[in-house]
Amino acid sequence: MALLDVRDLSVVFKRKGTRPFTAVDGVSFSVEPGQTVGLVGESGSGKSVTSLAIMGLLPKRGAEISGSVTFEDTELLTLSDKQLRDRRGRDLGMVFQDPLSSLNPVITIGLQITEVLERHRGMSRKEARVEAAELLDRVGLPDPQRRIDEYPHQLSGGMRQRVLIAIALACRPKLLIADEPTTALDVTIQAQILSLLSELVSETDTALIMITHDLGVVAGLCDDVNVMYGGRIVEQAQRHDLFQRSRHPYTHGLLQSIPRLDAPRGEPLTPIRGSVSDNIEWEQGCAFAPRCPNATDVCWSEPPELKADDGRMLRCHNPVAIGDAVTEGAL
Amino acid sequence: MLRFTVRRLLQAVPTLFVLSILVFAWLRMLPGGPATALLGDKATPERVAAMNAVLGLDDPIFVQYFRFLGRVLTGDFGSSLITGDPVMEEVSWAFPATLELSAAAMFLAVLFGIPMGYIAARFRGRFLDNATVVTTLVGVAVPVFFLGFLLKYIFTQEMSLLPPSGRQDVLIDATRITGIATLDGLLTGEFDATWDAMLHLILPSVALASIPFAVIVRITRASVLDVQGEDFVRTANSKGLTTQIVRKRHVLRNALLPVSTTIGLQTGLLMSGAVLTEKVFAWGGLGTLLEQAIQQRDYPRLQGLILLFATVFVLVNLLVDISYAIIDPRVRVR
Repeated sequence: MALLDVRDLSVVFKRKGTRPFTAVDGVSFSVEPGQTVGLVGESGSGKSVTSLAIMGLLPKRGAEISGSVTFEDTELLTLSDKQLRDRRGRDLGMVFQDPLSSLNPVITIGLQITEVLERHRGMSRKEARVEAAELLDRVGLPDPQRRIDEYPHQLSGGMRQRVLIAIALACRPKLLIADEPTTALDVTIQAQILSLLSELVSETDTALIMITHDLGVVAGLCDDVNVMYGGRIVEQAQRHDLFQRSRHPYTHGLLQSIPRLDAPRGEPLTPIRGSVSDNIEWEQGCAFAPRCPNATDVCWSEPPELKADDGRMLRCHNPVAIGDAVTEGAL
Repeated sequence: MLRFTVRRLLQAVPTLFVLSILVFAWLRMLPGGPATALLGDKATPERVAAMNAVLGLDDPIFVQYFRFLGRVLTGDFGSSLITGDPVMEEVSWAFPATLELSAAAMFLAVLFGIPMGYIAARFRGRFLDNATVVTTLVGVAVPVFFLGFLLKYIFTQEMSLLPPSGRQDVLIDATRITGIATLDGLLTGEFDATWDAMLHLILPSVALASIPFAVIVRITRASVLDVQGEDFVRTANSKGLTTQIVRKRHVLRNALLPVSTTIGLQTGLLMSGAVLTEKVFAWGGLGTLLEQAIQQRDYPRLQGLILLFATVFVLVNLLVDISYAIIDPRVRVR
């Protein structure tokens, strides 16, 4: 029994005077208790919108959500705002990308943690404060007794992200969604935060959805990986399979484009040509076709289906041939 | 917090010092000089020279300035040319009236402005919001004196509900303590005096409040809309906090920052609005003194009034800075 089951989730943004924009288009995946699932893709691929839709954090006006999101037998999409607020923060936690703008600048970090504890765990202000200090200690914030009364601007970026993690894990949620939690941090801090996250989720047996554009993060952390492109999942595989033999030309391109330290000096990088703005509509054919090295006529005329292939799900007319892939060790 | 307050207080001193130089210099720059101003355009050169000697205008300019500064610091602003009374005395008589009117107007503007701006933001794009935006546009556009006469026409002429002008009924023999009529009544226990003063206060303060009210509504609305889209509000929602807590603790607190700045600036503008309002409602405050002084070139009085207005402005902004620091911890450390 999956902890979270996302079926056919679509999000269409509609605004007066503009064409409706389909940000997420029939996305399906599931997360088992304690499992770590990656949602990978470049900016605009729909990965963040997917996570916000699961959390019920998309604006009520202008965003049309369809499909189903089942969390422990409860359909989240039909819950009332109040019912959703009862579960958010308690069963589902979320860590956001930019730790500075994601914390309220005018109240102490202590209050930002205790307010969750008071809300969901029925603690008094006093009990919550003790617990908050413990949480801060657990996420590795030095001197929590002093820090608890400080404001976000007094902390470094890494410390702020630790605070956000403490907030998200305060009520021991069953599922944690981390939306690019390390993007705004510098590289050494990134590694610290990632290992902290993986340590905490395995300790508490929390399931984790890791949203990232960084395949390095996925390689170190995730059990299953969903690669998204243009709002749809294009490849869905276990981590090992994905890195050993990426089959979708987009995944393949992402792996190829990672600069390698052992490459000879002066060797050019291998980017994916073009940009997301070149996409064609999925209704016409494959959205990736304009940028794809393997594209043939069929890619321009017929949308590919997500099909089981080679022990994974794949949405491609002309997948990369087996044996032509990058190995995991290269990362 | 205390250190911040003391530092800001000390920073106000040089501001006022520079201000005194400007006011002093302005007086020296008058065509013909202060002596001509005092004696009139037709004064003979001999009389002007004699007057200059009397006023000490033959001394070096900095000697004159320090003499001026010394007098100002001891509360001596000279005497009015119109009445011959010391300016300090005139001002201390009129100031409470203007203070009462301005404070009442600002109180109304804040009391109704912030909630209305907040409500407009919450119902953004719907009827309530549009109605508010249009109302405030009218509020900004209609001149104070026009609104004053309109209010008088409706509430005095047509409905006979409120007194048309003045601060208190002449038949009420109220004891003067602070000069703030509503407060004095409370202090002495003459509640009928307070009640009467409040009735007199309603129309002028509403008229004077119209502009700051409209501005506060608009700033609050814009600021709330702005803050609602912030990442930390999304974080607050992701924590499952109740909508009340999200609104109060996360949205409103941050949204009030620009509003407090606006209140400070509007208080400055309020004083110029008070001059017109006092005229319309025969209020007898600083506005009346100022008008007379300008009309009759009463320079000592003008000088005193300008210094007073500027000091009040500096103090109000000091209060705004302090309130800013209370709301926003980032300001305190600087």
